[in-house]
Amino acid sequence: MNALLLLEQGLNGLQFGLMLFLLAAGLTLVFGVMDMVNLAHGSLYMIGAYLMATAAQATGSFWIALPLAMAATAAIGMALESGLLRRLYERDHLSQVLATFALILIANDLVRMIWGPQALLLDAPRALARTIEVIPGAPYPAFRAFIIGVGLAVAAALYWMIARTRIGALVRAGASNREMALALGVNVKRLFTLVFGLGAALCALAGAMLGPLLAVQIGMGEAILIQAFVVVVIGGIGSIRGALVGALLVGMVDTIGRAFLPALLRGFLPNNIADALGPTLAAMAIYILMAAVLYWKPTGLFPARG
Amino acid sequence: MALGSILIAAIAFPFAAHALGWDYYVGVMTRVMIYALAASSLNLVLGYGGMISFGHAAFFGAGAYCVAILAQEGVVSALVAWPLAVAVGVACALVIGAVSLRTRGLYFIMITLAFAQMLYYFFVSLKAYGGEDGINLAARSRLPGFDLRDETTFYLVVLAILAGCLYFLRRLAASRFGAVLHGIRENEPRMTALGYPTYRYRLVCFTVAGGAAGLAGALIVNQHGFVSPGLLDWTQSGTLLIMLILGGVGWLYGGVAGAAAMLLLEEVLSHWTGYWKLGLGIVLLLVVLRAPGGLGGWLARGGARG
Amino acid sequence: MAEPLLEVRRLFRHFGGVVATDHLDLAVREGGVHALIGPNGAGKTTLIAQICGEVEPDSGRILFAGRDITGLPAHERVALGLGRSFQITRIFRGLTARDNIALAVQARSGSSMRFWRPVAAERALAEESDVVLAGLGMGASAGLAAGSLPHADQRRLEVALALACRPRLLLLDEPLAGMGAEDAQAMIGLIAQLKQRTTILMVEHDMDAVFRLADVISVLVGGAVIASGAPQAIRDDPEVKRAYLGEEAA
Repeated sequence: MNALLLLEQGLNGLQFGLMLFLLAAGLTLVFGVMDMVNLAHGSLYMIGAYLMATAAQATGSFWIALPLAMAATAAIGMALESGLLRRLYERDHLSQVLATFALILIANDLVRMIWGPQALLLDAPRALARTIEVIPGAPYPAFRAFIIGVGLAVAAALYWMIARTRIGALVRAGASNREMALALGVNVKRLFTLVFGLGAALCALAGAMLGPLLAVQIGMGEAILIQAFVVVVIGGIGSIRGALVGALLVGMVDTIGRAFLPALLRGFLPNNIADALGPTLAAMAIYILMAAVLYWKPTGLFPARG
Repeated sequence: MALGSILIAAIAFPFAAHALGWDYYVGVMTRVMIYALAASSLNLVLGYGGMISFGHAAFFGAGAYCVAILAQEGVVSALVAWPLAVAVGVACALVIGAVSLRTRGLYFIMITLAFAQMLYYFFVSLKAYGGEDGINLAARSRLPGFDLRDETTFYLVVLAILAGCLYFLRRLAASRFGAVLHGIRENEPRMTALGYPTYRYRLVCFTVAGGAAGLAGALIVNQHGFVSPGLLDWTQSGTLLIMLILGGVGWLYGGVAGAAAMLLLEEVLSHWTGYWKLGLGIVLLLVVLRAPGGLGGWLARGGARG
Repeated sequence: MAEPLLEVRRLFRHFGGVVATDHLDLAVREGGVHALIGPNGAGKTTLIAQICGEVEPDSGRILFAGRDITGLPAHERVALGLGRSFQITRIFRGLTARDNIALAVQARSGSSMRFWRPVAAERALAEESDVVLAGLGMGASAGLAAGSLPHADQRRLEVALALACRPRLLLLDEPLAGMGAEDAQAMIGLIAQLKQRTTILMVEHDMDAVFRLADVISVLVGGAVIASGAPQAIRDDPEVKRAYLGEEAA
């Protein structure tokens, strides 16, 4: 096993994990604060990516397009929340599943109507289309390094917001005890809309960052949504810290697993079995991880609720 | 009695359709009935057992693969393949249920989903049986005395199976076992305090439902002539859940009503527009907002008067 | 001297840094009412939960009728003769009072892994349920939905459910909870009747009920039993007065 390869895959795992964190943070907040299962979270990610690709095309600049896409997606998210989703907070989880699943169907078709069935092209900014040496002698794509930087910055900003500001305190109170927060007279409606908008903005950021690496296409939300849910469950519902730890775990396990498991298995299994088993186990790895975590800690690593 | 007339209409349908030259619709209705069976098996888990499973498609797909693989290996007798599909469904449900039922709430949902994904990847890894692309059914199952290649005969066999399973479900709900399930659903700690081993009852419920889903899988692969891992994807589990919620969870005919409503709606809408998912999504949203309890709830409230 | 029906030996349970049960010893003799009192936070709930099997102790033993049940799952303790009512009413609101009791009777009359015969056809279950309900003065409400019954009747049904299991030891967790004066008197009368039929371990805050019903009182403070004995002895015990009774009614 090549140390350089391990380092590169480790960085890739960090990068993927941080992007998962962006998605999981919004998801865990919505579930923790509003007690709502939101399957349409992946659709916001898709919409964010599509808006980003369009804005980048229109303005010719990645940097101008990014805040535009995030703002637009946040606006869409907040409109969705105040217009429709807030009627679901009091309902049972099954109704929420039904409604947000319906939103996935609607979003996929609307996107297809507006942009067509083809995947969109989203390029990384030219300034970052090169490699940098994170560690001397080890070149790494600058754009991926940038993603890591953005992810860490957002994590720090979120931590600061949740731990240090009044809004963060309200969110924490809401996450751990909604009835209490309501009883304390918190302007719940506005808080919820803001939380949802924040989650949507994070989705758009993740979509914009991952768009150049993965494809911007219909259905991109569903694939990543499952992984985001796994992160939320591992980390504990309602906990940003849990979302970060969970995301890093999932990102690392998934990336390193896919890169090294097949080769690792070849070490002590006949080649044809290793080749069949390897990718399968690697794909299953994050689910096995989740099952293992739940076995020892049935409510996740850092559950916000008691 | 309304039920009697529906049954008579159902039996008469293929003959009438043939006379009118609507043979295509016989296949459509067969598909509806098979999904009705799958959704009804989920009804046993969710409506009667109170367990929100997001991995039910795993048993559906496993049953389908069982028949397809046997057919590829030259075994086409329905008397062998179909009971084996049930057995596969039972076995998978037993293993998955034994582990998953130790958890609760959202964690149970995620673990069932995770296991379904693992099974999905397992079938993807079966290169000999199509891998990610899936396999065609080598030949329709052979049932002595019935030529299942005839659409009308197959339709009637499926109808008989669906009717038989619904009858069994009805008896089960009224039996001692059904009473225990009801008690567990309403107040589990009380049931434990009365001396019932609640885990065991849930597991039996989950396992029986898995077997029924496996049977539905055997039928669907015959209907489609094809199976791919996509049948086990979480969005398929979601679809079954949506059908059931639409039809009415806990209502004996909830699975039937929901499958019929959703698939027929899909059929009608897709003749109008390529964007039928949009229409379906809107209808689902309306159902959630206006008719909680699905079609069953709407009927219970007096139907159009409600 | 006959061995106690229920014996708790050096039971210990902590949650994080908090010790809820502190090497607790308790012995409940067969026959009569044994009351468990103590201030809030004394650990009564945790003790009951461990006796019933809902919470696993960190160390110590629980013996029932001479048998070690410490590791036994909750549902298996019922078959040995341990019945319990809950502090927060846990009845099946959607079922009739009769069907509520029928579930309890069903549990001890044969297997419930039966999938075909309708349970409504089992006359024996309904008949025995009616007998149980009549025994508690609830015969008239047998066909009513449990959720529609007044609070006091729901508490009665709660006790009836536990009783329907034919327990050797009936664990009543604050049976008078949430009751007005009149209903409380009725419940006290009911428990007085029941103590002829079964041994009762009762957790209660209502001192009137405790001193009228109890044959033995154990006082729980800080996770341990600080005094145990006849009601008069407990009333006169200076340590008990200091730790607990001093705040309560004289």
